[in-house]
Amino acid sequence: MADAAFLALTVITIGSAIAALELRSLIYGSIALMGTLGGIAGFFFLLDAPFVALFQLAVYVGSIAVLILFTVMLVKRELIFKKIEDKRRKFAGIGLMMVVMVALGAVFLDSGIKTITTDEPPVDFRDIGTDFVTYYWPALILMGLILAGSVTGALVLAKREDVENDQRTN
Amino acid sequence: MTNELIDFTLVSVALLGIGIYGLAVKRNFIRMLFAVEIIINAANLSLVAFGRFLPHSGGQTLALFSIAIAAAEVAVGLSLIIVAYRMYQNVDIADFRSLKG
Repeated sequence: MADAAFLALTVITIGSAIAALELRSLIYGSIALMGTLGGIAGFFFLLDAPFVALFQLAVYVGSIAVLILFTVMLVKRELIFKKIEDKRRKFAGIGLMMVVMVALGAVFLDSGIKTITTDEPPVDFRDIGTDFVTYYWPALILMGLILAGSVTGALVLAKREDVENDQRTN
Repeated sequence: MTNELIDFTLVSVALLGIGIYGLAVKRNFIRMLFAVEIIINAANLSLVAFGRFLPHSGGQTLALFSIAIAAAEVAVGLSLIIVAYRMYQNVDIADFRSLKG
């Protein structure tokens, strides 16, 4: 049976996920998205994974949410508060959401997951560090290269070519 | 651990459903990115929840890789938003038609 902390985190996470998509203002929406990401970090704490939880807080709540907030601020003011959606597709979307939730939920409830219990002790976070530098080191290097490549690509994409950036004349 | 695996799985399914709703209904580029973020987080939650039932740290390690790659995806997605906004002065994906045949 779930405990009170789990129920509170569920309400925060799902409620702010709905708010992130449905609030009229994109700025409040991105702040609500921060709530969802923080709620997921709370779930990681409940799952005895404090390292992943702190990584989630640092990467998602700390950097990605702030990045999204700054991007929203670059958009024109009337677009931030304008709700763009297909009214006709709204009910179809709600129906699709219900189908996915009910079907997948029924599959999981009917499967053997309910009876799985564990006596395993929580994984020591030092094991994760050891894994990273021993077994997974090629993947770690590849991940670093992908991150560097994507950030460089993002900078190249967002560069303005119509503005003279030469500051040597000043 | 008082919480069971099925609880975390159901939360993950609910978040997946909300993300799919956002992707299907919203036409705002930024909100669609929010929906993608929610789906990625549902997947990470599943990974860590199932990894808790393994005797080794494989699930958590994979979740860490997933979070890092998602960070790269968001960086590229946001720069695409900036480029598209500069070209069309709008964030409505129905206006982004230059590749339409």
